[in-house]
Amino acid sequence: MSDNLRLSIVGAIYLVSAVLFILGLKRLTRVRTARAGNAMAAMSMLLAVVGTLIEIGSVDYRWIVGGLALGGAIGAFIAIRVPMTSMPEMVALLNGTGGAASALVALSVLWGAFIEPGAETTTAKLLTGPSAVTIGLSVFIGGITTTGSLIAWAKLQGKLKKGAPILLPGRHALNLLLVLGAIAAIVVFTAVVKGATPVAVVILVVLAIALVLGVTLTIPIGGADMPVVVSLLNSYSGIAAAMAGFVIGNNLLIIGGAAVGAAGIILTQLMCVAMNRSLVNVLVGGFGADAGSGGGGSSEYVGVTSSGAAEAAMILDVADSVMIVPGYGLAVAQAQHTVRELTKQLEARGKKVSYAIHPVAGRMPGHMNVLLAEADVPYEQLVELEHANPEMGNTDVAIVVGANDVVNPAALDDPTSPIYGMPIISVHEARTVFVIKRSLSPGYAGIKNPLFEAERTMMVFGDAKAILQEMSSELGEL
Amino acid sequence: MIGPFLIGLYVFVLASFVGFEIINKVPPTLHTPLMSGANAISGITILGAIAAATVAEPNVSTILAAVAILCATINVVGGFLVTDRMLAMFGKKK
Repeated sequence: MSDNLRLSIVGAIYLVSAVLFILGLKRLTRVRTARAGNAMAAMSMLLAVVGTLIEIGSVDYRWIVGGLALGGAIGAFIAIRVPMTSMPEMVALLNGTGGAASALVALSVLWGAFIEPGAETTTAKLLTGPSAVTIGLSVFIGGITTTGSLIAWAKLQGKLKKGAPILLPGRHALNLLLVLGAIAAIVVFTAVVKGATPVAVVILVVLAIALVLGVTLTIPIGGADMPVVVSLLNSYSGIAAAMAGFVIGNNLLIIGGAAVGAAGIILTQLMCVAMNRSLVNVLVGGFGADAGSGGGGSSEYVGVTSSGAAEAAMILDVADSVMIVPGYGLAVAQAQHTVRELTKQLEARGKKVSYAIHPVAGRMPGHMNVLLAEADVPYEQLVELEHANPEMGNTDVAIVVGANDVVNPAALDDPTSPIYGMPIISVHEARTVFVIKRSLSPGYAGIKNPLFEAERTMMVFGDAKAILQEMSSELGEL
Repeated sequence: MIGPFLIGLYVFVLASFVGFEIINKVPPTLHTPLMSGANAISGITILGAIAAATVAEPNVSTILAAVAILCATINVVGGFLVTDRMLAMFGKKK
């Protein structure tokens, strides 16, 4: 086969692959077609890899096969083993591997084309200017994605100060300095230094700055803002892939990367809207770190009513409609199956049960939906915030399971509250509210929740899973 | 004459628009699978990694590329499989 023919075939394969990626992504946005869309994107990836294997022709395959086999085994192993409750961590980690891969590709190209042959010019001269700049950008964005994702993963695991914000003194100045330093280093890398060794040193400086920035940008952001961070990192990993596409001159990487970058930005935007905060406000971080002092009156609770599971079961027994509002606490207690059991009990007694899902409940976009789907909760039972709130006034019992800030009425009526203006699920309008919670400790925003001392509210203290189980069995005995 | 970089830039800008257009309305239930599926697609960088790991000698560029293949494959295989696992759960009711 002539080289020309071969490259035409490869070009055609990449084109088909690009179309399948776009169609797959589109199908991923509709419930009915999502699974087929994902399969389509996966097929497209396989096709693209085959295309690349044809493109490189007959080479030494040892590294390629080794990397594919080992990576495939690790990827499959973790994908099959990971529990649904750990999905946010999993997504964060995968973002990191994507970012790292893009940075490594750029470094590898630089070493192969410039440093190992012992070039003596500037990178802009040998590799052409744009290509040299994109190596720098690829390393920079990929590097930030790598360590940023690792920090996000550690925070989600609760390994890093239980996910609380970590505020370095002068962090804004530090971050600004690092960004400016990286831009300067990329310019120097592209057009100033000549010869293999100085170029290698400068790109490693870019890499080092990026790795540090990934850490310093992510540590001030608290656990409950993780949905924003995870989707933003998702976007970065796409942009890093697109940059790598510029480096190697492959439009398929640019198309795939750009589409993913756009998807990540849309999700990021959705999450910010759901919290009524700007992206800058989230990224600046430290939200809720000055707990207690920030508005909303004293943090002492007065007139809190608490009840046990048995009493709650009796009230549930005479209710007609029940709305369950899950939060991150549901994931922590792994209570998704237990809550489903309680739902079944209630339904068996002819009650109308639905779940009200706040867009930022949990630690990643759609976290609650995934958890509840794992427990076989029918999709139709999940109600979005804007549809749940009008129903709330006619709801007999609202059960808040491990959620706090997303049901805090201070967001509606206390302009001094840091969360004022954030859309909430108005459980306080239900006739009776049970809040299942370990203690009266504040949620992520670090502020008092007037819901807990409202007349209609009963606190049920304890582990969500244990309480829900008890409610189910008490209800069964009535 | 339009150079390859400029063509790449055209592709980048237009693909971003396509991305924004096709994902503009997505139900909350699909937020996580969309994210993990999109994430797997960002593993497309695997193509660059493969193209850079074509010689046997373990020099720096090859080792970097091999590690890149490893990372990208974890991203691709892990991402698509885990997305499928989640979507299978969404599909099994009724």
